[in-house]
Amino acid sequence: MRHYETTFIVDPVLSGDEIKTTAQAYVDHLQQEGCKIVFVDEMGLRTLAYPIKKRNTGVYYSIEYTSENGVFIQPFELAMRRDDRIMRFLTVTLDKYGIQYNEDKRNGKIGKAKRGKQNKAAKTESAAHGISRKQSDAPSVSGVPSGDAESRKEEEE
Amino acid sequence: MASRDDIKFLSNPKIGQKRKKYCRFKRYGIKYIDYKDPDFLLSFVNEQGKILPRRISGNSLKYQRKVSTAIKRARHLAMLPYVTDLLK
Repeated sequence: MRHYETTFIVDPVLSGDEIKTTAQAYVDHLQQEGCKIVFVDEMGLRTLAYPIKKRNTGVYYSIEYTSENGVFIQPFELAMRRDDRIMRFLTVTLDKYGIQYNEDKRNGKIGKAKRGKQNKAAKTESAAHGISRKQSDAPSVSGVPSGDAESRKEEEE
Repeated sequence: MASRDDIKFLSNPKIGQKRKKYCRFKRYGIKYIDYKDPDFLLSFVNEQGKILPRRISGNSLKYQRKVSTAIKRARHLAMLPYVTDLLK
């Protein structure tokens, strides 16, 4: 039993319905092959970092699924390769951390799991935070925790 | 805040001291690097979109490998550019 994840880019020139049916076709394809769909993530229209087939945007989809073996992958990728509507695709196997990450992301917990990212976002905030904290509990506990926080902050910057 | 006894140095003694580099994945317990998250990966490439070496980013070897695979996957999916200028 393995977890897989396929991300693909659908041509944005198609109408909204056509894009949906294209994505659905591949979900159905996987189900016919005996894969269990865990989650279909519509990442939506994004600008590409570089043009593909003279298009500057693409509609991103990501399907997470499980399968007993990898037999399905050959015909699945072949179908994608032959399909004009698919601009790019990538299939990867997920390790246990990847499965955990995707699950957390679905439950909206990823801010906690990816602390590094959150810290960066909150860096500007942290300065103000540090000041307020220092004022509040300066007499009692200030020594260890606030000093620690300060040194952390310095290291980060 | 600081009483008179605490002031011992005229200049800040921390100036000129090198800050120790560390692997942020180890320190913050990040186990998986998502290739679908270009904003995060952007902190491991330079302005031209090249992957930063370990001696700059401070990543451990294990996570540097994962970062580089994630960046390469993101490039394939056009989430990060292969070559560019003025990325940041």
